[in-house]
Amino acid sequence: MNWLTQTLGSAIGKKLLMAITGLSFIGFLAAHLAGNLTIYGGKDAFNSYAEHLHALGPLLTVAELGLLTFALIHVLTGALLFYQNWRARPTRYAVDRSSGGRSIGSRTMPYTGVIILAFVIFHLINFSFVDKRHITIFELVASAFQNPLYVVAYVAAMVVVALHVSHGFWSLFQTLGANHPKYMPAITIIGLGLSLVFAIGFGFIPVYILFIA
Amino acid sequence: MTKTINITLKIWRQKGPEAKGRLETANAANISTDMSFLEMLDVVNEKLTVDGKEPIAFESDCREGICGSCGCVVNGEAHGPEKGTSLCQLHMRHFNDGDTIVIEPWRARAFPIIKDLIVDRAALDDLIRAGGYISVNTGSAPDANTLPVPQRDAELAFDAAACIGCGACIAACPNASAMLFVGAKVSHMALLPQGRPEAAKRALSMVGKMDDLAFGNCSNHKECEAVCPKEISITNIARLNREYIKAGFGSAEK
Ligand code: HEM
Ligand code: FES
Repeated sequence: MNWLTQTLGSAIGKKLLMAITGLSFIGFLAAHLAGNLTIYGGKDAFNSYAEHLHALGPLLTVAELGLLTFALIHVLTGALLFYQNWRARPTRYAVDRSSGGRSIGSRTMPYTGVIILAFVIFHLINFSFVDKRHITIFELVASAFQNPLYVVAYVAAMVVVALHVSHGFWSLFQTLGANHPKYMPAITIIGLGLSLVFAIGFGFIPVYILFIA
Repeated sequence: MTKTINITLKIWRQKGPEAKGRLETANAANISTDMSFLEMLDVVNEKLTVDGKEPIAFESDCREGICGSCGCVVNGEAHGPEKGTSLCQLHMRHFNDGDTIVIEPWRARAFPIIKDLIVDRAALDDLIRAGGYISVNTGSAPDANTLPVPQRDAELAFDAAACIGCGACIAACPNASAMLFVGAKVSHMALLPQGRPEAAKRALSMVGKMDDLAFGNCSNHKECEAVCPKEISITNIARLNREYIKAGFGSAEK
């Protein structure tokens, strides 16, 4: 094996892949949220944001391909870690109690991950792989969220994303070796804060469209 | 005055490595709350022996929390409910009259059961052999203070070196990962000038061995730190990660 695949394939290397791809998703979510907030500026603000974004042309395609590659790495590595970790304990404990380390976020990482994957596919089918020649993006979004079931599904998915990030954010710093007594408390708080920002920031949009807009 | 309690034990009994095991019930009657957990098991074993039954096999040596021989999962927690305490230092005063206590061996693919509560922890020796040492010429001891070590580094190295190799971190980890053990060993030596020359080789070799031995991967659940009888911090895992990144990407070592 060459040194690169050996390093990245080890117990620590696989986690490095998770950490770097996960961090880039968090960056993506922050940018995506900032863009989506233009919806509070009304129909025109939102449509013009979408137009400007698509005016990036090839740059946008490159970013999308980058995200797709990272998503493949994150999902496949996550699946491998899940399998290996499950295999490492062939007999389960009759009594399985936490001594205080685990959190709801850390316990559920593989499950919240799978739900996020399903949601992303659903979300792309809703708003991305759609013929937009005769409809503006605002109309598309507004009509989707007239259906309360969509609103519930989207809000629930955002809670799941928040759970994933609540453990993922501090965990990725630990994985990268950036556990420092001066900064770790702040990193943990920022991670929880970000989870809330994602849950409320994204989650409120469908609610706003259904009940207010 | 000494208090005595009666408790019910549900203990994992398994005749040998290949045998099928199961939880069996035993009564521990008139147990003084001043006893340690292992002394309580001694009392149960005496009764079993007198009754002509096979005593429960469990491991212990120093019984003062320094050798790392003892350890079982008690009610789902490695070394029982007390923080920073090995099983031999856990006292029965932490239990109540009428309690039922479930006692299981460490469970990990890398720790096959030998008998009852005793597991084979040779995998930890394999890890040490892979890099848990420094290479120096023996001979007369060097003068004290020829290698200056900052006080803080010495303290951190010492905290990591407090590991007694009991295996609780692996037992408590939901993934049966050995990252705290390896993190402690790598940190202990990487922090000291004597350990630096082989630091890159050590990190690569010990992590490679850890994978070969079928330990799980770290998900940063922090259960290891919570059960460690020496309260070794997961900052040692972060240091292992740093050492591994430096070794993997920055050193010429393969
Ligand atoms: C919005 C999308 C996502 C974000 C922001 C995200 C972020 C993260 C972050 C930051 C980590 C922590 C890495 C570390 O501990 O070093 C992580 C871990 C993980 N992710 Fe994701 N992730 C996302 C989507 C997914 C998806 C779609 C899956 C799987 C189908 C997934 C599965 C996992 C698993 C299993 C882990 C835990 C790995 C382990 O510690 O053993 N994630 N994620
Ligand atoms: S018997 Fe030595 S640490 Fe418990």
